[in-house]
Amino acid sequence: MELHLPAIFRWIHFMAGVMWIGLLYYFNFVQVAALKDAMADGTNAGITKHVAPRALFFFRWAALVTWLAGAALLGARFVPAFTLQSGNALIGIGAWLGTIMLLNVWGLIWPNQKKILGMKPASDEEKVTARRVAFLASRTNTMLSIPMLFFMAIGGVHVF
Amino acid sequence: MKNPLDSLWGTVISGLILTVVLYYVAINFLK
Repeated sequence: MELHLPAIFRWIHFMAGVMWIGLLYYFNFVQVAALKDAMADGTNAGITKHVAPRALFFFRWAALVTWLAGAALLGARFVPAFTLQSGNALIGIGAWLGTIMLLNVWGLIWPNQKKILGMKPASDEEKVTARRVAFLASRTNTMLSIPMLFFMAIGGVHVF
Repeated sequence: MKNPLDSLWGTVISGLILTVVLYYVAINFLK
């Protein structure tokens, strides 16, 4: 039996992608609301100390693995996809959305979460700003995930 | 004006609208 490299890349892309977007949805659909309630009754430390750092670890590395496996899967179609050339435009839009989301994770969400969770020194005022920036970047990624998954889904079957 | 990303439903609806807009752009301008 011959196992093709693109199939391996697609498999890794799916697994890492499920972990990335699954944790993104966990943060947005579950943790934000749970943390608000937990702060009200003083039980938020359980989430911020034990859950969030672990979730963020797998979240940010899964994002990177997803992107790298996706790039490997595109192979020779990498440049045509990112330049939205004929036959590659749909998957290219998905790839661009995924890339923006990856940059959001590593450039905005993670640096600000480090301040919020006390992994990096920050004043109370800086923490307030960091909380808002990380929240909006995370919500932006949730919003972008909807068209991103749509274009990933149709990009592989509809070629134009 | 309230930021739609402040609410979960606002985020989901914004994502759906963006999907339609990008698909329209793709089928009309990127063929």
